[in-house]
Amino acid sequence: MSFEMFLFYAFAFLAVFSAVAMIGFVRHIVAAAMSLVVTMVSLAGIYVLMHAELIAAIQILVYAGAIVVLFLFVIMLLDLRDGGLGPAARGQNLVKAVGVGGTVTIGTLVVASVSGVFSVNPLVESLPEGFGEHRALGIALFTDYALAVELVGLVLLASIVGAVILAKRKID
Amino acid sequence: MPADPQWIEDALLRWIVFVPLGTALASGLLLAVFRRTLSSSLVVWMSCGSVFASFGLSSLSFAKLVGLFGEVPVDDVPPRVLIDTLYTWVGVGVGNSAFSADLAFRYDALSAVMCLVVTGVGFLIHVYSVGYMRADTRDDGGLQRFFCYLNLFIAAMLVLVLADNLLLMFLGWEGVGLCSYLLIGFWYGDRQNAYAGSKAFIVNRIGDFGFIVGILLLFWSMADAGQPAVSFRAIEAGFGSVASQTLALPGWLGGGEIGLATSIGLCFFLGAVGKSAQLPLFVWLPDAMAGPTPVSALIHAATMVTAGVYMAVRLSFLYEAAPGALVVIAWTGGVTAVFAALLATAQNDIKKVLAYSTISQLGYMFLAVGCGAYAIAIFHLVTHAFFKALLFMGAGAVIVATHHEQDMRRMGGLRKKLKLTYWVMVAGVLAICGFPGFSGFFSKDEILTSVFFAHELPGHVALYWMGVATAGLTAFYMFRLLFLTFHGKTRLPRGRRGELDDPEDTMMWPLQILAVLAVLGGIIGLPQFWGDRIGVAESNSLGHFLASVVRLGEPHALDAGVVAQLVGGVLAASITGFGLAYVLYISRPGLREKLEPVLGVPRRVVARRFYVDELYDAVFVRPLVIFSDRVLSRGIDAGLIDGRLVMGSAHAVRGLAAHVLKHLQSGLAQAYLLLMLAGTVALLAYLVT
Amino acid sequence: MSIPIEHVISLSALLFVIGVVGALTRRNLIVILMSIELMLNAANLALVGFNRVWSVTAEGAARYDGQVFALMVIAVAAAEVAVGLGILLSLIRNRDSLNVDDASLLRW
Repeated sequence: MSFEMFLFYAFAFLAVFSAVAMIGFVRHIVAAAMSLVVTMVSLAGIYVLMHAELIAAIQILVYAGAIVVLFLFVIMLLDLRDGGLGPAARGQNLVKAVGVGGTVTIGTLVVASVSGVFSVNPLVESLPEGFGEHRALGIALFTDYALAVELVGLVLLASIVGAVILAKRKID
Repeated sequence: MPADPQWIEDALLRWIVFVPLGTALASGLLLAVFRRTLSSSLVVWMSCGSVFASFGLSSLSFAKLVGLFGEVPVDDVPPRVLIDTLYTWVGVGVGNSAFSADLAFRYDALSAVMCLVVTGVGFLIHVYSVGYMRADTRDDGGLQRFFCYLNLFIAAMLVLVLADNLLLMFLGWEGVGLCSYLLIGFWYGDRQNAYAGSKAFIVNRIGDFGFIVGILLLFWSMADAGQPAVSFRAIEAGFGSVASQTLALPGWLGGGEIGLATSIGLCFFLGAVGKSAQLPLFVWLPDAMAGPTPVSALIHAATMVTAGVYMAVRLSFLYEAAPGALVVIAWTGGVTAVFAALLATAQNDIKKVLAYSTISQLGYMFLAVGCGAYAIAIFHLVTHAFFKALLFMGAGAVIVATHHEQDMRRMGGLRKKLKLTYWVMVAGVLAICGFPGFSGFFSKDEILTSVFFAHELPGHVALYWMGVATAGLTAFYMFRLLFLTFHGKTRLPRGRRGELDDPEDTMMWPLQILAVLAVLGGIIGLPQFWGDRIGVAESNSLGHFLASVVRLGEPHALDAGVVAQLVGGVLAASITGFGLAYVLYISRPGLREKLEPVLGVPRRVVARRFYVDELYDAVFVRPLVIFSDRVLSRGIDAGLIDGRLVMGSAHAVRGLAAHVLKHLQSGLAQAYLLLMLAGTVALLAYLVT
Repeated sequence: MSIPIEHVISLSALLFVIGVVGALTRRNLIVILMSIELMLNAANLALVGFNRVWSVTAEGAARYDGQVFALMVIAVAAAEVAVGLGILLSLIRNRDSLNVDDASLLRW
C-alpha cells in the first residue's frame, strides 16, 4: 500500500466516521457541526490526492470556513439549552433507513460495476503541469465556463435576497 | 347491338350540365349573400334561362348526333357517340392493373332522348313553377331557394343521363336523390313534409346499397379478368369475358350458384327499384307528394323516378346476358303496375292518385325492360313524361285555383270554371288511358305486344293479362279523378266558390304545350304496323334511333287479326274501366252507397295501401327505433358511455384521490423527500440499465 | 500509483447514503440541513473523482468539467444553506420548534 493509498483510506475513514457521528450519536448540536467540519476537511484531503488542489482549498474555505460557521452562528443565536437535538432518532425509522440506504449503496455499486462506467477510461498517470491548480482552473472558469459562473452568481444573489426576506422579523 | 369502339369528341356536352349547375351554384351563393332581399325575378330568369340554354345545347348536340346517322358509313360501324372528356377523375395503378375513371360525358341516342326530355320538360315545368310558387300562400315562399334546388336537380339529372361511367352516373344518381329530399321537404315548417323527405331519402338508401354493390361486383369481376374499368364503353367491350362466370351463394341463401351477370343485374335492379319506386320500395313516392306540385311533376313523375328505367336500359348489354334478372324485372314491373293501379283507385288526394299512377306506369316500363323491349320502355318513358307531367301540372292548376285544396271529395264541378285546365286534363287522361291515336296508346300497346310475344319469359301470358287489367284500372281511376274533380256539382266550401278561374298564363302555356305533346307524342315511336297503315315507310324513328345503343329485337309477326286482338283487349279493359267510373261517379252516384256494405272492407284495405306502410313500420321502423332508444341511446350512450365511461372515470379519479392519493399529501417534508428519493433511484435504475 | 476510481465512488456513495439516512430519520431541521450538505459533498467527491478519470482530452490538454461542476455545487450549497437557515429562523419564530414535523400545516 502506497502512502497515497494510506492517506486516502485514513481520510475516508475519518469522513465516514464523523458523518455517522453527525447523524447518529453526538449529543449536542455543536458537536454535530464539528463532525461535519471533520468530514469536509477529510474530503479536502482526498481532493488534494486527486489533484484538485483549488477545489480542496475552496472546500475548506467555503464549507468549513463559511457554511459551518453560519450553522454555528444560527445555533448560538437560538440559544439551545438541551443540546438542540430534541427527541433522538426513532429506532424503527433508523433500521428502515439503514436497510434502504445499504440496499441503495450496494445496488448502485453493483450496477455501476456491471455496467462498466468506471473502467471506460484508464487513469492517466502523467497529468499536465499545474493540473487542478488555481491558474489552470481559473482560466477554464473565465473562458469556457464563463456563462456558468455568471449564472451561479445570479443564483447566489437570489438566495441572498431570499434569506434576507425570510430572516426579517416582519414582512412589511 | 353493334359495338361502337369509335366516338367523336365534342366539347359542347359539358355545357349542357355546367350551365344549370353553374346557375344553381351562383343563385345559391347570391342567396347566401343577399338572403331575402335577393330579387326573385333575377333568380327566375337565371333559372329558366339556364334550363332553356341547356335544352338548346342538347338540341344542338342532338342535331350533330343525327348528322352522324345520316353519314354514309365508311366501314360497317360509323361512330354514333359523342364523348366529352374533361379530365381523369380517378386514376390508380400502373401497367395491367391500371384503372381510371374520367369525368366524361357521353351523348348517344339513349342519352339524347333522356337529355331532351329532362331539359325540355324541365324547362316547361320551370316556367310553370314561376306561376305556381308565386301563388303559394305560405309565409316562407322561398322562391329563390326553390329555383336554386330545381336547377341543381336538373344538373344532377343531366349528370346521371350523360355520365360516361358508372361512378359519374352514381354521382348524378345521388345528386337527384339529394335534390328530391330537399324539394319534398321544401316546406319544412310542416313536420310531415320533413318526415316525407327523410322517408324518401332513407328508402332510397336501400336501393343505393344495391347500386353500389352492383358497381363493385361488376368492377371486381372485370378486374379479375384483367380489365378493370367503369366506363360504359369498356364494360360493354369487356363484359363478354366474364358474363358466363358464376358466384357461389352463401349457405343462408340456400347454397348453389348464381350467374355473375344475373347477380350484378339484380343488384343494379335493386337500385332501380328504390329510385323508381317499385315493389317493395314504393312507399316513399306517395309521401313525396308533400313537395310542391311542380316538383312532383318534374322529379316524381317525369324524370328522376325514370332513372331506374334509364339505368336498366343503359346496362341492357348486361341484362341480355342475365335472363334470370330479366324475369325478376318483368314480374316486379308487372305486379307493381297492377298493384299500384289498384291502390290508385281508392285515393282521395288528387296528387296521390297521380303518384300511384306513376308507380303503375313505371311498372309498365320495367315490364317492357323485362321483355327485352328496351326501346319500347324508353318510348313509354318519354310519352309518360309528357302526359304525367301534364296531369300533375293540371292537378297543380286545380290546387292553385282552389287555394290548396287537394281532396277530390271537396272539388267537383270545376269544368265550367277552369275551362282550359279541364281540356288539358282531358287530353292527359285520354293519353294515359291509351285512347287510340294518343301517345299512351302506342307506347302501352307496344309494351303489351312485347309481353304477348315474350315466349321465353315464364308466365308471360299472366303478365300480359296483368298489363291489360292495369289498363282497365288506369282508365277507371283516371276518369274517377276527372269526374270527381271537374264534373257533377261543386262540393267546395261556400267561401271558395266565387273567384275560381284558370291560373295565370305562365302556368297555362306550359300545360298547353305538354297537352299537344301528350296527344301527338306517339308519333316519335309510331309502330311499323300503324306506319304501314298511314303510308309511312319507316315509322318507328325512336326505335331506329335507339338501335345504336340497345338491341331492338326481331319485329313481331303482326297481322291485322293479332293486332285487333291485342288492341281490342286493351280497349275493352279501358272502356270497362271508363264505364265503371262513369256509372259510379256520374250517372248513378247513389250506387256507391249501395255497394258500400259489399265493397267497404276491401275498399278500406286498398285505401290503406294493403297496410304496407304499417307492415314496414312494425317490422323495420319500430324495432329499429326501440332498439335505438332502449339499447343504443339509454343502454350504450346514457348507460355505458355517459354513465360508466365519462362519469365512471370521473368518479374513479375522485375516489382514488379521496381515499388513496390524499395520503401522499401528508404535509411531512421528510415523506416528500423519501418519495423524491424513490423516484430518483427508479429513474437512475432505468437510465443505467 | 493513483487511487482506484471504484474506491472513490464507493466512498461517495457511502457518504451520500449516510446523508440520506440523516435527512430522512432526524427531526431536527439543523441536522437535516447538515445531512443535505453531506449529500452535496458526496456528489462533489464523485465529480472530482470522475474529473480525475477524464482528466485530459485526446490531444493531451487538461479538462476541468468535473471540477468546475464541483465548484458550482459548492456555490449552490452556500446559497441553499443561506435560504435553509432563513427557513429555520422562520420556523423557530412561528412554531417555536426545530422539529420539521411541526411544519405540516399544508396537508389534506
